[in-house]
Amino acid sequence: MCLAIPGRVIRWICRDPLLATAEIEFSGVRRVCHMACTVDAVEGDYVIVHAGVAISQVDAVEARRALRDLQLLGEDVFPPESAP
Amino acid sequence: MKFIDEYRNVPLALDLLARIRRRASRPWVLMEVCGGQTHSLLRHGIDAQLDGAVELIHGPGCPVCVTPEVAVDAAQNLALHPGVVLATFGDMLRVPGGRRTLHEVRAAGGQVKIVYSPLDAVELARRTPDRQIVFFSVGFETTAPATALAVLHADRLGVDNFSLLVAHVCVQPAMEAILQAGVCRVQGFLAAGHVCTVLGYDSYVAFVNRHRVPVVVTGFEPVDLLAGILECVEQLESQSFRVANCYPRSVRPEGNRRARQIVEQVFEPADGPWRGLGTISRGVLRLRDEWGRFDAARRFGTLAAQTVDCATECRAGDVLAGQIKPPECPAFGTRCTPDAPLGAPMVSSEGACAAYFQYRRVPVDATIGSSPLEILPS
Repeated sequence: MCLAIPGRVIRWICRDPLLATAEIEFSGVRRVCHMACTVDAVEGDYVIVHAGVAISQVDAVEARRALRDLQLLGEDVFPPESAP
Repeated sequence: MKFIDEYRNVPLALDLLARIRRRASRPWVLMEVCGGQTHSLLRHGIDAQLDGAVELIHGPGCPVCVTPEVAVDAAQNLALHPGVVLATFGDMLRVPGGRRTLHEVRAAGGQVKIVYSPLDAVELARRTPDRQIVFFSVGFETTAPATALAVLHADRLGVDNFSLLVAHVCVQPAMEAILQAGVCRVQGFLAAGHVCTVLGYDSYVAFVNRHRVPVVVTGFEPVDLLAGILECVEQLESQSFRVANCYPRSVRPEGNRRARQIVEQVFEPADGPWRGLGTISRGVLRLRDEWGRFDAARRFGTLAAQTVDCATECRAGDVLAGQIKPPECPAFGTRCTPDAPLGAPMVSSEGACAAYFQYRRVPVDATIGSSPLEILPS
Protein backbone atom coordinates (compact mmCIF):
# COMPACT_ATOMS: atom_id res chain seq x y z
CA MET A 1 0.00 0.00 0.00
CA CYS A 2 2.82 2.37 0.85
CA LEU A 3 4.79 1.08 -2.12
CA ALA A 4 6.59 3.97 -3.77
CA ILE A 5 9.20 3.73 -6.48
CA PRO A 6 11.88 6.07 -7.82
CA GLY A 7 11.54 7.47 -11.30
CA ARG A 8 13.39 10.07 -13.37
CA VAL A 9 11.78 13.38 -14.29
CA ILE A 10 11.76 13.50 -18.09
CA ARG A 11 9.86 16.75 -18.66
CA TRP A 12 7.55 19.07 -16.87
CA ILE A 13 4.03 19.25 -18.31
CA CYS A 14 2.19 21.66 -16.00
CA ARG A 15 3.83 24.11 -13.61
CA ASP A 16 0.69 25.21 -11.75
CA PRO A 17 1.61 24.67 -8.06
CA LEU A 18 -1.56 22.68 -7.36
CA LEU A 19 -2.13 20.93 -10.68
CA ALA A 20 1.58 20.33 -11.40
CA THR A 21 2.40 17.29 -13.54
CA ALA A 22 5.51 15.85 -15.14
CA GLU A 23 6.40 12.86 -17.28
CA ILE A 24 8.34 10.35 -15.17
CA GLU A 25 10.28 7.33 -16.39
CA PHE A 26 10.37 4.08 -14.42
CA SER A 27 12.72 1.50 -15.95
CA GLY A 28 11.84 2.62 -19.45
CA VAL A 29 8.12 3.04 -18.81
CA ARG A 30 6.86 6.61 -18.83
CA ARG A 31 3.77 7.96 -17.14
CA VAL A 32 2.40 11.33 -16.09
CA CYS A 33 2.66 11.94 -12.34
CA HIS A 34 1.45 14.71 -10.08
CA MET A 35 4.21 16.97 -8.80
CA ALA A 36 2.46 19.33 -6.37
CA CYS A 37 4.59 17.98 -3.49
CA THR A 38 7.90 18.19 -5.38
CA VAL A 39 7.69 21.49 -7.24
CA ASP A 40 11.45 22.07 -6.99
CA ALA A 41 12.43 18.93 -8.92
CA VAL A 42 14.16 19.56 -12.24
CA GLU A 43 14.43 17.40 -15.31
CA GLY A 44 16.88 14.56 -14.67
CA ASP A 45 16.14 14.43 -10.94
CA TYR A 46 14.68 11.30 -9.42
CA VAL A 47 11.44 11.47 -7.47
CA ILE A 48 9.70 8.80 -5.39
CA VAL A 49 6.16 8.23 -6.60
CA HIS A 50 3.25 6.78 -4.66
CA ALA A 51 -0.32 6.51 -5.95
CA GLY A 52 0.47 8.76 -8.88
CA VAL A 53 1.96 11.53 -6.73
CA ALA A 54 5.67 12.29 -6.29
CA ILE A 55 6.14 12.46 -2.52
CA SER A 56 9.89 13.02 -2.38
CA GLN A 57 12.85 14.13 -4.40
CA VAL A 58 15.65 11.56 -4.13
CA ASP A 59 18.72 13.06 -2.49
CA ALA A 60 21.47 11.56 -4.64
CA VAL A 61 24.22 12.87 -2.37
CA GLU A 62 22.67 11.23 0.68
CA ALA A 63 22.08 8.05 -1.29
CA ARG A 64 25.77 7.77 -2.18
CA ARG A 65 26.95 8.83 1.28
CA ALA A 66 24.77 6.27 3.04
CA LEU A 67 26.05 3.44 0.83
CA ARG A 68 29.64 4.55 1.31
CA ASP A 69 29.18 4.71 5.10
CA LEU A 70 27.69 1.22 5.16
CA GLN A 71 30.54 -0.22 3.16
CA LEU A 72 33.04 1.34 5.53
CA LEU A 73 31.35 -0.32 8.46
CA GLY A 74 32.47 -3.84 7.69
CA GLU A 75 35.80 -5.41 6.90
CA ASP A 76 34.62 -7.94 4.33
CA VAL A 77 32.26 -6.02 2.12
CA PHE A 78 33.34 -7.64 -1.10
CA PRO A 79 34.76 -11.13 -1.54
CA PRO A 80 38.52 -11.22 -2.37
CA GLU A 81 38.04 -12.26 -6.01
CA SER A 82 36.10 -9.08 -6.80
CA ALA A 83 38.47 -6.78 -4.94
CA PRO A 84 40.25 -4.26 -7.16
CA MET B 1 16.42 0.47 -11.45
CA LYS B 2 18.54 3.31 -10.09
CA PHE B 3 18.24 3.85 -6.31
CA ILE B 4 16.88 0.31 -5.91
CA ASP B 5 19.48 -2.05 -7.43
CA GLU B 6 22.30 -0.54 -5.35
CA TYR B 7 20.43 -1.53 -2.21
CA ARG B 8 20.20 -5.15 -3.31
CA ASN B 9 23.98 -5.59 -3.22
CA VAL B 10 24.46 -9.14 -1.95
CA PRO B 11 28.01 -8.80 -0.52
CA LEU B 12 27.01 -5.67 1.37
CA ALA B 13 23.83 -7.33 2.65
CA LEU B 14 25.83 -10.35 3.82
CA ASP B 15 28.30 -8.11 5.57
CA LEU B 16 25.51 -6.27 7.39
CA LEU B 17 23.95 -9.58 8.33
CA ALA B 18 27.24 -10.78 9.81
CA ARG B 19 27.67 -7.54 11.74
CA ILE B 20 24.18 -7.81 13.22
CA ARG B 21 24.84 -11.38 14.32
CA ARG B 22 28.18 -10.42 15.85
CA ARG B 23 26.75 -7.38 17.64
CA ALA B 24 23.62 -8.98 19.12
CA SER B 25 24.46 -10.34 22.56
CA ARG B 26 20.93 -11.61 22.99
CA PRO B 27 17.88 -12.03 20.74
CA TRP B 28 16.35 -8.55 20.39
CA VAL B 29 12.71 -8.14 19.42
CA LEU B 30 12.04 -5.50 16.77
CA MET B 31 8.86 -4.49 15.00
CA GLU B 32 8.92 -3.46 11.36
CA VAL B 33 5.95 -1.15 11.16
CA CYS B 34 5.20 -1.22 7.46
CA GLY B 35 3.69 -4.13 5.55
CA GLY B 36 5.97 -3.38 2.62
CA GLN B 37 8.94 -4.01 4.91
CA THR B 38 7.35 -7.27 6.11
CA HIS B 39 7.06 -8.55 2.55
CA SER B 40 10.62 -7.56 1.71
CA LEU B 41 12.01 -9.22 4.86
CA LEU B 42 10.24 -12.48 4.11
CA ARG B 43 10.81 -12.38 0.38
CA HIS B 44 14.56 -12.07 0.80
CA GLY B 45 14.74 -14.47 3.73
CA ILE B 46 16.20 -11.85 6.05
CA ASP B 47 14.04 -12.78 9.04
CA ALA B 48 15.18 -16.40 8.81
CA GLN B 49 18.84 -15.44 8.52
CA LEU B 50 18.59 -13.36 11.70
CA ASP B 51 17.08 -16.20 13.69
CA GLY B 52 18.63 -16.20 17.17
CA ALA B 53 19.95 -12.63 16.86
CA VAL B 54 16.85 -10.60 16.07
CA GLU B 55 13.20 -11.55 16.12
CA LEU B 56 11.04 -9.46 13.82
CA ILE B 57 7.46 -8.86 14.85
CA HIS B 58 5.27 -7.66 12.04
CA GLY B 59 3.46 -4.40 12.67
CA PRO B 60 0.04 -3.13 11.69
CA GLY B 61 1.36 -1.13 8.76
CA CYS B 62 -0.99 -2.42 6.12
CA PRO B 63 -3.78 0.12 5.60
CA VAL B 64 -5.92 -2.35 3.71
CA CYS B 65 -5.73 -4.72 6.68
CA VAL B 66 -6.72 -2.20 9.33
CA THR B 67 -9.62 -0.59 7.44
CA PRO B 68 -12.62 -1.37 9.64
CA GLU B 69 -15.39 -3.64 8.42
CA VAL B 70 -17.92 -0.85 8.85
CA ALA B 71 -16.05 1.23 6.24
CA VAL B 72 -15.93 -1.70 3.81
CA ASP B 73 -19.67 -2.21 4.32
CA ALA B 74 -20.33 1.47 3.67
CA ALA B 75 -18.29 1.24 0.46
CA GLN B 76 -20.35 -1.75 -0.65
CA ASN B 77 -23.59 0.11 0.02
CA LEU B 78 -22.36 3.08 -1.98
CA ALA B 79 -21.37 0.82 -4.88
CA LEU B 80 -24.97 -0.41 -4.98
CA HIS B 81 -26.48 3.08 -4.71
CA PRO B 82 -28.14 4.22 -7.98
CA GLY B 83 -25.97 6.61 -9.96
CA VAL B 84 -22.85 6.00 -7.85
CA VAL B 85 -19.54 4.54 -9.03
CA LEU B 86 -17.23 3.53 -6.21
CA ALA B 87 -13.56 4.01 -7.11
CA THR B 88 -10.79 2.50 -5.01
CA PHE B 89 -7.42 0.76 -5.01
CA GLY B 90 -7.40 -2.81 -6.34
CA ASP B 91 -6.36 -4.26 -2.99
CA MET B 92 -9.68 -3.27 -1.44
CA LEU B 93 -11.82 -5.46 -3.65
CA ARG B 94 -11.29 -8.74 -1.83
CA VAL B 95 -11.21 -7.36 1.72
CA PRO B 96 -14.06 -8.95 3.68
CA GLY B 97 -16.68 -6.63 5.11
CA GLY B 98 -19.28 -7.85 7.55
CA ARG B 99 -20.78 -10.29 5.06
CA ARG B 100 -19.05 -10.04 1.70
CA THR B 101 -16.41 -8.28 -0.38
CA LEU B 102 -16.52 -5.45 -2.91
CA HIS B 103 -15.57 -8.03 -5.52
CA GLU B 104 -18.76 -9.93 -4.75
CA VAL B 105 -20.75 -6.71 -4.74
CA ARG B 106 -19.38 -5.89 -8.20
CA ALA B 107 -20.34 -9.36 -9.43
CA ALA B 108 -23.84 -8.67 -8.10
CA GLY B 109 -24.13 -5.49 -10.16
CA GLY B 110 -22.43 -2.93 -7.94
CA GLN B 111 -20.47 -0.21 -9.70
CA VAL B 112 -16.83 -0.55 -8.62
CA LYS B 113 -13.88 0.91 -10.52
CA ILE B 114 -10.22 0.24 -9.70
CA VAL B 115 -7.97 3.28 -9.90
CA TYR B 116 -4.22 3.73 -9.47
CA SER B 117 -4.50 7.15 -7.87
CA PRO B 118 -7.17 9.24 -6.13
CA LEU B 119 -6.45 11.85 -8.81
CA ASP B 120 -7.62 9.32 -11.41
CA ALA B 121 -10.97 9.23 -9.59
CA VAL B 122 -11.27 13.01 -9.99
CA GLU B 123 -10.53 12.64 -13.69
CA LEU B 124 -13.15 9.87 -13.91
CA ALA B 125 -15.68 12.22 -12.27
CA ARG B 126 -14.80 14.98 -14.72
CA ARG B 127 -15.34 12.65 -17.68
CA THR B 128 -18.62 11.19 -16.36
CA PRO B 129 -20.66 14.14 -15.06
CA ASP B 130 -23.85 12.06 -14.98
CA ARG B 131 -22.42 9.77 -12.29
CA GLN B 132 -21.42 10.36 -8.69
CA ILE B 133 -17.83 9.15 -8.21
CA VAL B 134 -17.01 8.18 -4.63
CA PHE B 135 -13.37 7.42 -3.89
CA PHE B 136 -12.98 4.92 -1.03
CA SER B 137 -9.78 6.36 0.39
CA VAL B 138 -7.62 4.14 2.55
CA GLY B 139 -3.98 4.53 3.43
CA PHE B 140 -1.40 5.89 5.84
CA GLU B 141 0.29 9.26 5.79
CA THR B 142 2.05 8.12 2.59
CA THR B 143 -1.24 8.14 0.69
CA ALA B 144 -2.93 11.07 2.42
CA PRO B 145 -1.23 13.74 0.22
CA ALA B 146 -2.65 12.10 -2.92
CA THR B 147 -6.15 11.98 -1.44
CA ALA B 148 -5.95 15.55 -0.13
CA LEU B 149 -4.69 16.67 -3.53
CA ALA B 150 -7.71 14.99 -5.13
CA VAL B 151 -10.03 17.13 -3.01
CA LEU B 152 -8.12 20.30 -3.89
CA HIS B 153 -8.17 19.39 -7.59
CA ALA B 154 -11.91 18.71 -7.51
CA ASP B 155 -12.45 22.04 -5.80
CA ARG B 156 -10.26 23.98 -8.25
CA LEU B 157 -11.72 22.27 -11.33
CA GLY B 158 -15.33 22.49 -10.10
CA VAL B 159 -15.84 18.73 -10.14
CA ASP B 160 -18.94 18.51 -7.96
CA ASN B 161 -19.75 14.86 -8.59
CA PHE B 162 -16.67 13.68 -6.69
CA SER B 163 -16.60 12.74 -3.01
CA LEU B 164 -14.61 10.67 -0.52
CA LEU B 165 -15.39 7.81 1.79
CA VAL B 166 -12.49 8.43 4.15
CA ALA B 167 -10.73 5.58 5.97
CA HIS B 168 -7.25 7.08 6.37
CA VAL B 169 -5.18 6.04 9.38
CA CYS B 170 -2.12 7.42 11.16
CA VAL B 171 0.87 5.27 12.10
CA GLN B 172 2.43 6.86 15.16
CA PRO B 173 -0.71 6.67 17.36
CA ALA B 174 -0.87 2.96 16.53
CA MET B 175 2.74 2.51 17.66
CA GLU B 176 1.75 4.18 20.94
CA ALA B 177 -1.18 1.78 21.27
CA ILE B 178 1.06 -1.23 20.65
CA LEU B 179 3.51 -0.17 23.38
CA GLN B 180 0.67 0.44 25.80
CA ALA B 181 -0.88 -2.99 25.24
CA GLY B 182 -0.84 -5.33 28.23
CA VAL B 183 1.65 -7.68 26.63
CA CYS B 184 4.22 -6.02 24.43
CA ARG B 185 7.54 -7.62 23.53
CA VAL B 186 8.68 -4.91 21.10
CA GLN B 187 12.07 -3.45 22.03
CA GLY B 188 12.66 -1.28 18.98
CA PHE B 189 10.90 -0.03 15.86
CA LEU B 190 11.84 0.09 12.21
CA ALA B 191 9.72 3.11 11.29
CA ALA B 192 7.96 3.14 7.93
CA GLY B 193 10.18 4.86 5.38
CA HIS B 194 7.51 6.27 3.13
CA VAL B 195 5.30 7.48 5.97
CA CYS B 196 8.36 9.35 7.26
CA THR B 197 9.04 10.66 3.76
CA VAL B 198 5.85 12.68 4.17
CA LEU B 199 5.82 13.28 7.95
CA GLY B 200 9.53 13.37 8.74
CA TYR B 201 10.85 11.98 11.99
CA ASP B 202 11.08 14.98 14.30
CA SER B 203 7.82 13.87 15.88
CA TYR B 204 9.44 10.59 16.99
CA VAL B 205 11.89 12.35 19.33
CA ALA B 206 9.28 12.74 22.08
CA PHE B 207 8.12 9.15 21.42
CA VAL B 208 11.65 7.81 21.95
CA ASN B 209 12.13 9.86 25.09
CA ARG B 210 8.78 8.73 26.47
CA HIS B 211 9.17 5.02 25.77
CA ARG B 212 12.96 4.58 25.73
CA VAL B 213 12.99 2.50 22.55
CA PRO B 214 14.98 2.95 19.34
CA VAL B 215 13.06 4.28 16.35
CA VAL B 216 14.98 3.84 13.11
CA VAL B 217 13.55 5.20 9.89
CA THR B 218 14.04 2.33 7.45
CA GLY B 219 13.59 1.73 3.74
CA PHE B 220 12.44 -1.33 1.87
CA GLU B 221 15.33 -2.97 0.06
CA PRO B 222 17.53 -5.62 1.74
CA VAL B 223 20.44 -3.27 2.44
CA ASP B 224 18.01 -0.62 3.75
CA LEU B 225 16.36 -3.12 6.08
CA LEU B 226 19.62 -4.59 7.35
CA ALA B 227 21.09 -1.13 7.96
CA GLY B 228 17.99 -0.23 9.98
CA ILE B 229 18.16 -3.46 11.97
CA LEU B 230 21.87 -2.97 12.67
CA GLU B 231 21.25 0.57 13.92
CA CYS B 232 18.45 -0.69 16.18
CA VAL B 233 20.69 -3.45 17.58
CA GLU B 234 23.56 -1.00 18.16
CA GLN B 235 21.23 1.25 20.17
CA LEU B 236 19.83 -1.64 22.18
CA GLU B 237 23.28 -3.03 22.96
CA SER B 238 24.48 0.38 24.14
CA GLN B 239 21.13 1.17 25.81
CA SER B 240 21.28 4.59 24.19
CA PHE B 241 18.07 5.37 22.37
CA ARG B 242 17.43 7.93 19.67
CA VAL B 243 15.70 8.50 16.37
CA ALA B 244 17.98 7.48 13.51
CA ASN B 245 17.43 7.87 9.78
CA CYS B 246 18.59 4.92 7.68
CA TYR B 247 16.59 6.04 4.62
CA PRO B 248 18.13 9.48 4.04
CA ARG B 249 17.84 9.40 0.26
CA SER B 250 14.08 9.90 0.70
CA VAL B 251 13.47 11.11 4.26
CA ARG B 252 14.29 14.54 5.74
CA PRO B 253 13.84 15.35 9.44
CA GLU B 254 10.85 17.58 8.73
CA GLY B 255 9.44 15.33 6.00
CA ASN B 256 7.95 16.91 2.90
CA ARG B 257 6.60 20.28 4.08
CA ARG B 258 4.52 20.85 0.97
CA ALA B 259 2.89 17.41 1.27
CA ARG B 260 2.16 17.99 4.96
CA GLN B 261 0.59 21.38 4.20
CA ILE B 262 -1.67 19.81 1.58
CA VAL B 263 -2.78 17.10 4.02
CA GLU B 264 -3.33 19.54 6.88
CA GLN B 265 -5.35 21.83 4.63
CA VAL B 266 -7.85 19.06 3.93
CA PHE B 267 -7.74 16.60 6.85
CA GLU B 268 -7.57 16.70 10.63
CA PRO B 269 -6.76 13.89 13.08
CA ALA B 270 -9.56 12.20 15.00
CA ASP B 271 -10.12 9.23 17.26
CA GLY B 272 -11.23 6.25 15.24
CA PRO B 273 -11.33 2.49 14.77
CA TRP B 274 -8.62 0.24 13.36
CA ARG B 275 -9.60 -3.27 12.43
CA GLY B 276 -8.12 -5.59 15.02
CA LEU B 277 -6.77 -2.84 17.25
CA GLY B 278 -9.95 -1.03 18.33
CA THR B 279 -10.35 2.73 18.64
CA ILE B 280 -7.04 4.59 18.57
CA SER B 281 -6.73 8.12 19.88
CA ARG B 282 -5.97 10.46 16.96
CA GLY B 283 -5.49 7.31 14.90
CA VAL B 284 -7.52 8.34 11.84
CA LEU B 285 -7.96 11.32 9.54
CA ARG B 286 -11.26 13.02 8.75
CA LEU B 287 -12.17 15.79 6.34
CA ARG B 288 -12.12 19.27 7.85
CA ASP B 289 -15.56 20.87 8.05
CA GLU B 290 -14.79 23.30 5.24
CA TRP B 291 -14.44 20.33 2.86
CA GLY B 292 -17.62 18.65 4.11
CA ARG B 293 -19.24 18.89 0.69
CA PHE B 294 -16.75 16.26 -0.49
CA ASP B 295 -17.71 13.87 2.31
CA ALA B 296 -19.66 10.92 0.86
CA ALA B 297 -21.13 10.15 4.27
CA ARG B 298 -22.77 13.58 4.29
CA ARG B 299 -23.73 13.51 0.63
CA PHE B 300 -25.40 10.12 0.74
CA GLY B 301 -26.57 9.96 4.34
CA THR B 302 -26.19 6.93 6.51
CA LEU B 303 -25.50 4.32 3.92
CA ALA B 304 -23.30 2.43 6.33
CA ALA B 305 -25.40 -0.46 7.47
CA GLN B 306 -24.78 -2.03 10.81
CA THR B 307 -21.90 -4.42 10.52
CA VAL B 308 -22.66 -7.95 11.50
CA ASP B 309 -19.93 -9.49 13.58
CA CYS B 310 -19.51 -12.88 12.02
CA ALA B 311 -18.03 -15.56 14.21
CA THR B 312 -14.73 -16.58 12.66
CA GLU B 313 -11.59 -18.37 13.70
CA CYS B 314 -9.52 -15.65 12.00
CA ARG B 315 -6.95 -14.11 14.36
CA ALA B 316 -6.13 -11.10 12.19
CA GLY B 317 -6.40 -8.77 15.19
CA ASP B 318 -3.64 -10.62 17.02
CA VAL B 319 -1.50 -10.66 13.88
CA LEU B 320 -1.95 -6.92 13.36
CA ALA B 321 -1.07 -6.19 16.99
CA GLY B 322 2.10 -8.28 16.66
CA GLN B 323 0.88 -10.77 19.27
CA ILE B 324 1.15 -13.83 17.02
CA LYS B 325 2.79 -14.77 13.73
CA PRO B 326 0.41 -15.77 10.91
CA PRO B 327 1.21 -19.52 11.01
CA GLU B 328 0.03 -19.58 14.64
CA CYS B 329 -3.53 -18.92 13.44
CA PRO B 330 -5.43 -22.21 13.18
CA ALA B 331 -6.94 -21.24 9.83
CA PHE B 332 -3.68 -20.13 8.17
CA GLY B 333 -3.03 -21.73 4.81
CA THR B 334 -5.90 -24.17 5.06
CA ARG B 335 -9.27 -22.56 5.62
CA CYS B 336 -7.77 -19.09 4.99
CA THR B 337 -5.82 -18.48 1.78
CA PRO B 338 -5.43 -15.50 -0.59
CA ASP B 339 -8.11 -17.04 -2.82
CA ALA B 340 -10.54 -17.49 0.07
CA PRO B 341 -9.43 -15.13 2.82
CA LEU B 342 -11.05 -14.94 6.24
CA GLY B 343 -9.17 -11.81 7.22
CA ALA B 344 -7.75 -8.75 5.48
CA PRO B 345 -4.04 -9.56 6.15
CA MET B 346 -4.43 -12.59 3.85
CA VAL B 347 -5.83 -10.38 1.09
CA SER B 348 -3.58 -7.41 0.85
CA SER B 349 -0.36 -7.47 -1.12
CA GLU B 350 1.25 -6.13 2.06
CA GLY B 351 -0.61 -8.22 4.62
CA ALA B 352 1.55 -10.33 6.94
CA CYS B 353 -0.58 -13.45 6.38
CA ALA B 354 -0.26 -13.12 2.61
CA ALA B 355 3.52 -12.70 2.97
CA TYR B 356 3.81 -15.91 5.00
CA PHE B 357 1.49 -17.72 2.58
CA GLN B 358 3.58 -16.63 -0.38
CA TYR B 359 7.05 -17.17 1.05
CA ARG B 360 6.76 -19.51 4.07
CA ARG B 361 4.30 -22.28 3.42
CA VAL B 362 7.18 -24.70 3.65
CA PRO B 363 9.65 -24.76 6.54
CA VAL B 364 12.21 -21.96 6.42
CA ASP B 365 15.14 -24.37 6.12
CA ALA B 366 13.71 -25.77 2.91
CA THR B 367 13.25 -22.34 1.32
CA ILE B 368 16.86 -21.32 1.67
CA GLY B 369 19.14 -22.57 -1.02
CA SER B 370 22.90 -22.79 -0.96
CA SER B 371 23.22 -19.01 -0.68
CA PRO B 372 22.98 -17.80 2.90
CA LEU B 373 20.87 -14.86 1.75
CA GLU B 374 18.62 -14.80 -1.24
CA ILE B 375 18.34 -11.36 -2.74
CA LEU B 376 15.69 -11.85 -5.35
CA PRO B 377 15.31 -9.79 -8.48
CA SER B 378 12.41 -7.38 -8.55
